[in-house]
Amino acid sequence: MMASSYKDEDGHITVSGSGAAAGAGGGSLRSKKPENTAFKQQRLPAWQPILTAGTVLPAFFIIGLMFIPIGIGLYVTSNNIKEFEVDYTGVEMSSPCFTCSQNFSWNSTKPCTCSVPFHLDQPYESNVFMYYGLSNFYQNHRRYVKSRDDSQLNGNEESLRKPSKECEPYAKHNNKPIAPCGAIANSMFNDSLELIYIDPNGTKVQIPLTATGIAWWTDKHVKFRNPGAENTNLTVVFQGTTRPVNWRRPVFQLDSDPDNNGFINEDFIVWMRTAALPTFRKLYRIIQRRSNVHPTLPRGNYSLEVVYNYPVRSFEGRKRMILSTISWMGGKNPFLGIAYVSVGSVCFLLGVLLLIIHHKYGNRNNAAEISH
Amino acid sequence: MLRWIRQQLGFDPPHQSDTRTVYVANRFPEHGHYIPQRFADNRIISSKYTIWNFVPKNLFEQFRRIANFYFLIIFLVQLMIDTPTSPVTSGLPLLFVITVTAIKQGYEDWLRHKADNEVNGAPVFVVRSGSLVQTRSKNIRVGDIVRVAKDETFPADLVLLSSDRADGTCHITTASLDGETNLKTHFSVPETSVCQSVSQLEALQAVVECQQPEADLYRFVGRVTVTQHGEEIVRPLGPENLLLRGARLKNTKEIFGVAVYTGMESKMALNYKCKSQKRSAVEKSMNTFLIIYLVILLSEAVLSTILKYAWQSEEEWNEPFYNQKTEQERNSSPILQFISDFLAFLVLYNFIIPISLYVTVEMQKFLGSFFIGWDLDLYHEESNQKAQVNTSDLNEELGQVEYLFTDKTGTLTENEMQFRECSINGIKYREMNGKLVPEGMTGDSPGGSSPQLMSEELLFLKAVSLCHTVQISYNQSESWLGGDPFSHTNSFSFSHMEYYAASPDEKALVEATRRIGVAFTGCSGDTMEINTFGKTEKYKLLHVLEFDPNRRRMSVILETPSGGKMLFTKGAESAVLPFTTTGEIEKTRLHVDEFALKGLRTLVVACRHFSPKEYIDVDKRLMSARTALQRREEKLQQAFAHIENNLHLLGATGVEDKLQDKVPETIEVLRRAGIKIWVLTGDKHETAVSVSLSCGHFHRTMNILELLQQRSDNECAEQLRRLARRIKEDHVIQHGLVVDGASLSLALREHEKLFMEVCKNCSAVLCCRMAPLQKAKVVRLLKTSPEKPITLAVGDGANDVSMIQEAHVGIGIMGKEGRQAVRNSDYAIARFKFLAKLLLVHGHFYYIRIATLVQYFFYKNVCFITPQFLYQFFCLFSQQTLYDSVYLTLYNICFTSLPILVYSLFEQLVHPDILQAKPSLYRDISKNSLLSFRTFLYWTVLGFTHAFVFFFGSYLLMGEDTSLMSNGQMFGNWTFGTLVFTVMVITVTLKLALETQFWTWMNHFVTWGSIAFYFIFSLFYGGIIWPFLHTQDMYFVFVQLLSCGSAWFAIVIIVITCLFPEVMKKVLYRHLCPTSTQKSQSLSAPQAQALSCVESLCCYQHGQSGCSRLARLLEQMTGQCKASVNNCHTSSRSNRSWSDTENFYSNDRTILTLSPIEASRC
Repeated sequence: MMASSYKDEDGHITVSGSGAAAGAGGGSLRSKKPENTAFKQQRLPAWQPILTAGTVLPAFFIIGLMFIPIGIGLYVTSNNIKEFEVDYTGVEMSSPCFTCSQNFSWNSTKPCTCSVPFHLDQPYESNVFMYYGLSNFYQNHRRYVKSRDDSQLNGNEESLRKPSKECEPYAKHNNKPIAPCGAIANSMFNDSLELIYIDPNGTKVQIPLTATGIAWWTDKHVKFRNPGAENTNLTVVFQGTTRPVNWRRPVFQLDSDPDNNGFINEDFIVWMRTAALPTFRKLYRIIQRRSNVHPTLPRGNYSLEVVYNYPVRSFEGRKRMILSTISWMGGKNPFLGIAYVSVGSVCFLLGVLLLIIHHKYGNRNNAAEISH
Repeated sequence: MLRWIRQQLGFDPPHQSDTRTVYVANRFPEHGHYIPQRFADNRIISSKYTIWNFVPKNLFEQFRRIANFYFLIIFLVQLMIDTPTSPVTSGLPLLFVITVTAIKQGYEDWLRHKADNEVNGAPVFVVRSGSLVQTRSKNIRVGDIVRVAKDETFPADLVLLSSDRADGTCHITTASLDGETNLKTHFSVPETSVCQSVSQLEALQAVVECQQPEADLYRFVGRVTVTQHGEEIVRPLGPENLLLRGARLKNTKEIFGVAVYTGMESKMALNYKCKSQKRSAVEKSMNTFLIIYLVILLSEAVLSTILKYAWQSEEEWNEPFYNQKTEQERNSSPILQFISDFLAFLVLYNFIIPISLYVTVEMQKFLGSFFIGWDLDLYHEESNQKAQVNTSDLNEELGQVEYLFTDKTGTLTENEMQFRECSINGIKYREMNGKLVPEGMTGDSPGGSSPQLMSEELLFLKAVSLCHTVQISYNQSESWLGGDPFSHTNSFSFSHMEYYAASPDEKALVEATRRIGVAFTGCSGDTMEINTFGKTEKYKLLHVLEFDPNRRRMSVILETPSGGKMLFTKGAESAVLPFTTTGEIEKTRLHVDEFALKGLRTLVVACRHFSPKEYIDVDKRLMSARTALQRREEKLQQAFAHIENNLHLLGATGVEDKLQDKVPETIEVLRRAGIKIWVLTGDKHETAVSVSLSCGHFHRTMNILELLQQRSDNECAEQLRRLARRIKEDHVIQHGLVVDGASLSLALREHEKLFMEVCKNCSAVLCCRMAPLQKAKVVRLLKTSPEKPITLAVGDGANDVSMIQEAHVGIGIMGKEGRQAVRNSDYAIARFKFLAKLLLVHGHFYYIRIATLVQYFFYKNVCFITPQFLYQFFCLFSQQTLYDSVYLTLYNICFTSLPILVYSLFEQLVHPDILQAKPSLYRDISKNSLLSFRTFLYWTVLGFTHAFVFFFGSYLLMGEDTSLMSNGQMFGNWTFGTLVFTVMVITVTLKLALETQFWTWMNHFVTWGSIAFYFIFSLFYGGIIWPFLHTQDMYFVFVQLLSCGSAWFAIVIIVITCLFPEVMKKVLYRHLCPTSTQKSQSLSAPQAQALSCVESLCCYQHGQSGCSRLARLLEQMTGQCKASVNNCHTSSRSNRSWSDTENFYSNDRTILTLSPIEASRC
């Protein structure tokens, strides 16, 4: 600071000799005059919008006029979606799954089955999506969310043998690494659900369920990878690891289809995407539309065949099965439609209010504006 | 070596005595006791760091700041305990902040290093072992004989040994030390001055004894002992023998000097001190807000912790089968668990206190302050000076000023003196065409050419032309320099001479006497030469009794050509008249008062004849006082007091100090901006009042209250009460208060409250006869009064420094009185009139910018963190984050940082021309109004509301647990968080867009660019399996979100829902209760110029020129606001009409004071 300050002053000596002295030192005088640029003079060309009733009026009306029809459209779309939900937790005595839910034990070898009859009032025309829903299940608990090893799931051999410590206490069992490790994998939903259509004439027709296409494409093909090279025997690859404690089968026996087995089993991948809120649903199966003539699910009686493996009563949870058709905007959700209609109408009303203000006060304001 | 270490560690303090002994050329005595003294080397170190200590020292300094420390703690907590967010989230921003600051400081320090090296490595010539050796400046040791050539700066504090002149004098300027540009003569003692060559110096045996280094530039006490032919000659040394480091040699070919103070011990280095830390009001309210947010943060964390434990008390929630704890978690002590939970929540919510706020504020201030220096309107063409920013921390304070304290001389006035009138022997004279004309006579009497001056007049003129410390510079050609100027004086006309003087009064007086015919033509050694109407007279200068502010006079003792000894004294009338015994004392006193009334600066001249015997006594007294090593000042004062007595009064002079350009207008404009103006001056009461009147500070209709010459406490209190009563009685008239220094100190001692009360009711206050410290005291008094107004002090001289440092904002005027005020100021401008633009435009800009910046920062962080808080209610208070760590980290650094920075650099609510034309707009932002608790509450509540809308909007969309995708697939928690985050980034950016009034291309670029960047970044971030991250939570989350139509619809609706009430609110406020700022926004630029023209017609003396546009627009305006124009007419009591410009030319300032009634209504 000090040292540099002489230099500042040198300029002054030549300059401030006032009058005659300035003539002598004039040659070395360098002008400190600031540049006259728009930037330095803070006179950059600028758009200076002023929010007055007059200027925002059109915006309010446009928003109002656009949002109301959009909202109605969204609402109608959402309303056209058919959705059916059946709770099979088996809390009440009358419920078919009551016994299964009561006699639950992790070690039982014999699966408990129950069938829940239900009736569809309307035929489901297009593809039908079958979800299972859990409530009071905190998949978003921090300890739970982080309890996974993404590199293991990505097929990393090293992580397979040595799961990340985030997986604790589900990292090792009997000194063998768990594959897949972590609380999420350990608690994978393992009820199996089947749909049976009961013909009006009494015959039972099993509805074919597609188990693929339920997970994100990128998850299935990039994020989740089986260890080892393509098409190797998964049993060999997973040798030396053990199945998660709560699982009945090891990970390489999740499905017979090699493209849907191991870590890339879609049921598994779906489960691994932790839900945001304690009440959630997850896609379970897709019922493909078979023909153009028959609806995918005709109206009538159905029975949901449940292999009841998953205990929820300990945390007062509920289990549901949901059948839903899908539009371009997803499942049934009236929120967007209602929101658009209400915001649109409020905007429109405010627009009217502004119009009044504009008329009443606008003139006074314009006086100040002189001319525009 | 050991000793050196001990010394460095401070165990073994180096030998300290009151004096230091310097052996010239380091020729130590061979015999006798010689204690080697350690002196600092001549290295100047202004840098703070070295390469080795930069990192630790800089980190230490940075973490001393409370905010950085807070974030460090958060970071450490994250490292220590298991927290929801990775340490990176707070570590990275902290690292960023620390790095940016470190780079900035490192760069500054590098510049200092460079400058240091340049200075330390400058080549110098030193006499060593009998020859002139070139070496580097840093190698100079105390005792070295240094040669300095013309126009070089002195590399160390030197005692002048000899110059190339026979008398051993040299001329220097000290512009870089104190800014005084005049030539000063420095002397060497006769014994050394003969040593003009290296060989002679080699033979010189001399010892300099002087005091230890001290910072006072004008104090130096020492003596030199020269051994000549075996006998020791002792000579006194004073400041006139010392050449200070940093000063520059002028008019002298070369000098030799011995270094006495080197390096960091030189007076220049000792004078280097850090700027006092001033904090702006905005910063203070920012800190209050921070504390409020800290409380919010803590209560959120406490609430969450308590709720967490309430939930956890039930086993089924604490540890359901699917989510077991590890052994370690189960076994940890509950208290530790509780604390760590609390800390984890603290970490989770810590973003509510925005780390980047400090960086952004600092960058805004630093970058924003360039605009002041760049402003052409603040550039003074004549002196080639642009405005200078010394402290960028106070930019916004310029928009908050409530009290303005201004110096008079050099600030309101030019400090360019013109001799006007004088009084000689009781007769008043005025100068006309280079002649003195007695009062009542016209200047052009036919016989005026012959100088028929009476002896009194002549003596007076001689006294004036001899009693001064003016220097002459011959600017004819180089050949004059170096030679004896006397040989030429007779042969060239005086016009080649240029006078240089420390005091502009002296210069004006000497120039005046030259015009009249008694010219001071030269001074060489101890001879002064004057040319009296062609006749040259030589006076031997025996002594100069220098001017000092306590004595307020200076004297010279001369030997006249006829051999008599004479004393001439010149000084303030109060400092000279009491000591006069003969002459027309009463008449002169009257004249002096008359001069003062006219606004002239007065000096009184007196003389005294010494008999030879008297002179011998005087000489002895002076010599003994001057050579005294101890208490020299005191002894000198006594001697001076003894000598300057029994004076014969010669007369008095009146010098006019011209008002600076546009001072009345500026004062008027500032007053209309609601700023109370106090003039503080050291001048006498009459002069001060008359200048106040002429500059519009006081005006004729004002009721002037006086608090003068109070001698006792009671008297003063009585007077104050009387004044207070008077103010109450006639409250219609405006009041002005005049106080003098003595009464002020009485009033401040006991009756501060009463005094303040009187002051507050006065629209103008003038304090005269103020000592520098009293100025500061007045400022402090106002500053600490219950209302805590923001004060601004403006001054140009060293006597204003204390006031400048005391006030909230100190402004230095780059005037003629040196640069001390500029150095110590926060801002420096060349002219008083620039104050109007500095405050009204720049102040306004900076204030609105920083106010919005601060509020917006809190808003956006509330928006950011509240959803996170709300999410805890849905995840069992498990501290699960809603957003991904990368988003947490980058939100403040990347996604929302630039728009606000650009906003805070370029925003203009109102066009600058309008701001200047309508000073009342300044009141809109006074009292920190944009950062009031109400606005703070508004922004905070707004932040919470928006956060609720983001969160529950997304909740309603996704929480219904339906699929959003057209293939029926489901989203997870990260998609939910990303939706909230996306909505938030867009809303927060658009909210700022709504606030922005001034859309330059840069605003467009950063606003839309930020949103675009967010999208591009998210696509990129989610598109890759990141090899080093242990979770891949965000993989394709963003793409999947955007691939579904519902999400887009949701984003649009949530953003609109957040913002349309904002728009509505703005429109309603604008229409139903517009502020005057908003009203003037609708004026376009050309109209603004026209308006300023109208305003200038009202108040300025522009006349009609330059307002051609006016005619056109006037029509338009009167048409559209006839009513308000009429309003103006009536309010100005028909004094004020658009066409009648002549009216405003009159000296009557009534019109000006009425203007607060506002032209803004039209």
